[in-house]
Amino acid sequence: MGQYLLRRLLIAVPSLLGISIVLFTVLALAPGDPFSEMALNPNIPPEVQAALRKHFGLDDPIWQRYFRWLVAMLHGDWGFSFISRVDVDTLILSRVPVTLAVIGASQVLALLIALPVGIYSAARPYSWFDRIASTLALIGFSLPTFFTGLLLILLFSIKLDWLPFVYRADLSATGWAWWVEQFKQSIMPITVLGLFQGAGWTRYVRSATLDVIRLDYVTTARSKGLRERAVILKHVARNAMIPVVTLVALTMPQVFGGAVVTEQIFRVPGIGSLLIDAIQRNDTPVVMAVTFVFACLVIAFNLLADLLYGWLDPRISYR
Amino acid sequence: MAGSTPASATAEPLVQTPARPRRSVSPWAEAWRRFKRHRLAVLGLVVLVLMILLVAFGPFIWRVQINDIDFSARLNTPTTHHPFGTDDLGQDVFARMLYGGRISLAVGVSAMLMAMVVGVTIGAIAGISRGAIDAALMWVTDLFLSLPLLPLLLVLTYLFRDALKNAFGPEIGVFMLVVVVIGAFGWMSVARLVRAQFFSLREKEFVEAARALGASVPRQVTRHILPNALGPVIVAGTINVAAAIILESTLSFLGLGFPPDIPTWGRILFDSKEYLDIAPHWALFPGTAIFLTVLCINFVGDGLRDALDPRKVL
Repeated sequence: MGQYLLRRLLIAVPSLLGISIVLFTVLALAPGDPFSEMALNPNIPPEVQAALRKHFGLDDPIWQRYFRWLVAMLHGDWGFSFISRVDVDTLILSRVPVTLAVIGASQVLALLIALPVGIYSAARPYSWFDRIASTLALIGFSLPTFFTGLLLILLFSIKLDWLPFVYRADLSATGWAWWVEQFKQSIMPITVLGLFQGAGWTRYVRSATLDVIRLDYVTTARSKGLRERAVILKHVARNAMIPVVTLVALTMPQVFGGAVVTEQIFRVPGIGSLLIDAIQRNDTPVVMAVTFVFACLVIAFNLLADLLYGWLDPRISYR
Repeated sequence: MAGSTPASATAEPLVQTPARPRRSVSPWAEAWRRFKRHRLAVLGLVVLVLMILLVAFGPFIWRVQINDIDFSARLNTPTTHHPFGTDDLGQDVFARMLYGGRISLAVGVSAMLMAMVVGVTIGAIAGISRGAIDAALMWVTDLFLSLPLLPLLLVLTYLFRDALKNAFGPEIGVFMLVVVVIGAFGWMSVARLVRAQFFSLREKEFVEAARALGASVPRQVTRHILPNALGPVIVAGTINVAAAIILESTLSFLGLGFPPDIPTWGRILFDSKEYLDIAPHWALFPGTAIFLTVLCINFVGDGLRDALDPRKVL
């Protein structure tokens, strides 16, 4: 098991390097850098500008800059935000927990919707429940997150005035009241993300279950006289989960995309809104680091999926 | 139900008599016959065609300019004068949506075409050549699949927007950028699909026969393998259009897609979200338009999946 984990980690390293090269090249090829705005500022003399450029090595060849950046990253030096005037790693570390909490909760919600609905639909294919569930899933899957977000705000914040539409990190309440407030402000972002993912996954859970439910061992289990509940939960569901785990891992990039949108709509102070702020203010070190953090998270989730895969499917050995 | 057994001749007695051998139909006519059985897909297709006609010819009939500013009619709710109401500058939302719809739909189709070309090419090369080339191409595909899509799109559009705007003008420049960027990240699933199809098709007898007759590899691919892999590719293409429309709207909604003078549906939503409390109609119309388009495309995709899968009896 430990060896398997180590091997998967070693395979993840080239992917991370590849992603970092892609990101760095894109940023380096792009016109405009953090000093382009300074060049327009008449208060900074050209010599100072040139010295600063030299100090930060902005005119070196691109591969030199890449290696310098890579070495610095590995040393834990993630650069300095030109705009916020703090180190990039402290800035990101303060934002990551919020994003992970929102994404984690919404994924749990999505699975709570997708697994029961998908499995129940597949157990009774082409029944009324199945038809309604499939149509609703397609509708939910076609509703873009930004539109659901606005609809929820319109309904629950503006018309009914039940929920706040701005997520606040600095709630004044303490103790029990803090949890209530936190819960109230988290409902909408989590629902938006969870419903969208849940709708997409329901379709996959249904088709994965349908593939398994017709196999001979399921008939055997039924003919042994096992209750339907035991057949579906113990025999069918566990095997149907194997392709679903892969899918959940593969849709991770999409989930993070959705998180960027939701964080922007509800002003959740996570790394998604940090990215958009940084882009709008031309804060290159932050943009680079946040995108890289997103990539790391995606790869971490893929790794997790690989481990789960081995646990769910004993045919895959941890060699 | 007699209608559900199309294979039997009695099901359609008016079209063909049982004594005569069944007329041969072209594969496309057969696919259309099967597609028509999916009612929601047909409905989706009808709505989609209506919307395309509306955005294509609407501006010739509804001749209100998209940038007609009228401060006396700010944030009006829908009236006969302004069927979808007005925005904060008193501009007609209906006219802006007709104009923006053209761009949203054009972005979706163009980005899909680009993703298809790249995906089919890479998938075909990987599928026909074994060994190192296949492994390398699949590594690249997996790498692209694990890139954080939206953050990267945001960064790319932001970085290259001004340069392209200066080079090609605001409309064409941003359009090209958005299409290329979305297309460049939409090909991976198509490439994997095509590769998988190639793996099974290239071992089939008819391809072997072509090989035995001395057909070159490009001829095998273009004349024998690719036409047979077309079904799933068409379905993937349909779904890709929906994904591209959502992505474009997301970019514009985050304020990093099209500029304000080019009101795509996502851009109108971006402009309207600050006025959600006093003018909800301004956000509801473009949002519904995006939702309806994507929903119809997904229904059509579902219908095509059933129609183009020869194993499924319909």
